[in-house]
Amino acid sequence: MTKMMYRDAVRNTIFQEMQRDPNVVVLGEDVVGGMGTAGGPEAIGGIWSTSGGFYEAFGPDRVIDTPISESAIVGAAGGLALSGKRPIAELMFADFIGVSLDQIWNQIAKFRYMFGGKTKCPAIIRLIYGAGYNAAAQHSQSPHAILTGMPGLKVVMPSTPADVAGMMRQAIRDDDPVIFMEHKALYGVQGEVPDDPDFVVPFGHARLTRAGQDVTILATGMMVGMAEAAADTLAEDGIGADVIDLRSTSPLDEEAILDSVEVTGRLVIVDEAPPRCSLATDLAALVANKAFASLRAPIEMVTAPHTPIPFARELESAYLPNPDKIEAAVRKALAYN
Amino acid sequence: MQLNRTDLLEAYRRMKIIRDFEDFLHDEIAKGEIAGFTHLYAGQEAVAVGVCEHLSDDDKIVSTHRGHGHCLAKGCDVEGMMKEIWGSREGLCKGKGGSMHIADVDKGMLGANGIVGAGAPIAVGAALAAKLDGKGNVAIAFSGDGACNQGTTFEAMNMAVVTKAPAIFVFENNHYSEHTGFEYAVGTDKDIASRAEAFGMKVWRADGTDFSSVHDTMREVLEYVRAGNGPAAVEFDTERFYGHFEGDPQRYRGKGELDRIRAERDCIKKFRETVTEAKLLEGSDLDKIDAEVASQIEQAVAAARAADRPTAEDVLADVYIDY
Ligand SMILES: Cc1ncc(C[n+]2csc(CCOP(=O)(O)OP(=O)(O)O)c2C)c(N)n1
Ligand SMILES: [Mg+2]
Repeated sequence: MTKMMYRDAVRNTIFQEMQRDPNVVVLGEDVVGGMGTAGGPEAIGGIWSTSGGFYEAFGPDRVIDTPISESAIVGAAGGLALSGKRPIAELMFADFIGVSLDQIWNQIAKFRYMFGGKTKCPAIIRLIYGAGYNAAAQHSQSPHAILTGMPGLKVVMPSTPADVAGMMRQAIRDDDPVIFMEHKALYGVQGEVPDDPDFVVPFGHARLTRAGQDVTILATGMMVGMAEAAADTLAEDGIGADVIDLRSTSPLDEEAILDSVEVTGRLVIVDEAPPRCSLATDLAALVANKAFASLRAPIEMVTAPHTPIPFARELESAYLPNPDKIEAAVRKALAYN
Repeated sequence: MQLNRTDLLEAYRRMKIIRDFEDFLHDEIAKGEIAGFTHLYAGQEAVAVGVCEHLSDDDKIVSTHRGHGHCLAKGCDVEGMMKEIWGSREGLCKGKGGSMHIADVDKGMLGANGIVGAGAPIAVGAALAAKLDGKGNVAIAFSGDGACNQGTTFEAMNMAVVTKAPAIFVFENNHYSEHTGFEYAVGTDKDIASRAEAFGMKVWRADGTDFSSVHDTMREVLEYVRAGNGPAAVEFDTERFYGHFEGDPQRYRGKGELDRIRAERDCIKKFRETVTEAKLLEGSDLDKIDAEVASQIEQAVAAARAADRPTAEDVLADVYIDY
C-alpha cells in the first residue's frame, strides 16, 4: 500500500498504464500546459495536476495538448478508440460536456450497438465535476444522471484514492466507453492505494463503508463522506446505518442495494444533483419496484434543489446536501411507522 | 479622428475604473475574502473601452469569463458589480452569478460567460434581432485567442455572414489561453482575423494597447456594419497583466516578459503619455481622475463588504418567471 492523494491516484494509474500499453493516449486542454510559450511545456500536467510528467515521458503523439475544442477532443477520442487506441480525453470541467454532447451521446455511446456489435470503443472521458468551490452555475455541476441514462456508456464515480486507482485501471482495460467522474473537491483527499500493478476495481460492485441494521444510505462521490459523517453521528445515538458507496452508476450494483434495504427497511438516497429525472429518483424507483415489501417508511431523498448552482458561499452551501440534512432524513425515515 | 477633451477624459476614466477595479480585486482575492474563480482584465482596458465608447444601450455585447472590463465599459454599475463578486444579494445578479456571470441586459450587456466559445452564437442572435428592429444597432461578441478555436465561434461567423447579421466579432489576442500559447493553438498563420476573412467577412487588425488605434478602428468597423454590410471582425493584439486566474504561477511566461509588457504595453500609461505629450490633456487632469477613481473603487469595496448576504431561501428564487 502507498498513501497518496486522490489526484495522484488518477495521475499515477494513467502513467503506469501508459508504460504498460503503448495504445493508451491522453488528450485535452492544457494536459501538458505551456505549449507554444516561452516557458515551454510544463511539468505540472494541467490545471488539476493530473498529467504531470506525461509529456516528458511519452511525447506529443501520446500526450496531446489540444486547442479549446471540446467537440473535437471527445470526437477524436471516439475516432482513436475505433482505430485501436485507448484514448483518455479530459474535460477540465464536466460542465463542458455541453459543448461535446453529440460526440458522447450520438457517437461514442452507440457505435457498438449501431454497428451490430462488430466494434468496440474503449474511450475514457474524464469529467472533473462537482460543487464546493463557489464556481457557480457553469463550473460546478454533477451531470452523472444524464450520462447514466445513455445506453452504451459506463459511468463511474470513485470516492477514494484506492477506488480511483482500481477503477481507472479497469476503465483503461475495459473495452467499452467509460465516463470517469472525478470530484474536484476530493482531489486533495489522502488514502492507501494497493501497489499491485494489476489492481482493478470491477464496475458494478458497490462498497459498504459503514454497516448497520436500521437504515440504508446510498451515496456517490463527495456525498459518501457526508453520508459517513451522518452515520457516525447517528451511531452515537445507537442508530445503525449501512452506507453504500455505489462507485459506478452504470453498471449499477442492484443486489447490494436491495440486500441492504431488505434488512433495514428504510432508505435515504443522497445525490449532489437536482432531484428531477436523477440518480436519486432512479434508485428510488428500483427499490420501490423490487423491494417494496421490505420498505417500512417512504424513501427519503437528500438532493440539490431544482435550481442551477448559485455562486455566493451561503447559497452554494444551502444548495448542497450536507451531513445535517442526511441525518434529518434518516430520523424522518425512522420516525415513520 | 481626434477626440475632444470631454471624450478623452471619459475614456481615461473608464479605463482607469477597470484597472483599479482589477488591481483591488487582485489584492482582495489574495486575502481569501472572495469566493470562486476570478479572471482579471487588467492590461486589456483599451479594447473594452475603445469598443464600447461607440455603443448605446441598444447595442448589445456578449462577454467572456474575463468579463469585468467589458461590463464596466458597457456601463454596468461599479458598486453592483463589486457586490456581485462579493456574493451579496444586493449584487447585480443577486449573488447568483458571481464574477463569471455578471450581466445587465438593460445596458446591452448580455453576460460574462463561463463557457469559452459560447458568446459568439449569442451575439449572432442579438444581431439578428437588431436587424429585425431595423434601427441600425449591432451586437458584438468578445472572444479570446482561445475561444477562436471553438467550433461554436466558427459556426457563428459563418451564420452571421450567411444571414448578413450586424454582428462584430472582436478577438482579443492576449497570446494565451490559460497556460497554452497562441503560437501553438491557433493554426491559421497565427492570425485570427484571417479566419474571419475566410468566412467572407471584412476584417480589421489593430494594436489593442493603443486606445486611439482601437477607437479609430472601431469607428470604421461600426460605420461599415451599421450601414447594413453584414458582419465584420477585428483582431486586437493585447496583453493580460495578471495570471489566467488568480493564483496562476504563470510559468509559461518568458523571463522578464511581465516586466516588459508592463513597461512597454500598458495601454493606460501609453494613453497618458500620448495625450499629455500632444498637450490634449494636462497631467493634473488625469491625476484628478486617478484620485476620484481610487476612492470610487474603495467605496465600492467597502459597500460590497457591508452589503446584505443572501439566505437559503434565495436559492429557490428566479429559476422561472413563474412556476
Ligand atoms: C468550453 C470551455 N472549455 C474550457 C474552459 C476553461 N477555460 C476557461 S478560460 C480558458 C482560456 C480562454 O482563453 P482565451 O479565449 O484566449 O481567453 P483569455 O483567458 O485569454 O481571456 C479555458 C480553457 C471553459 N471555461 N469553457
Ligand atoms: Mg487569450
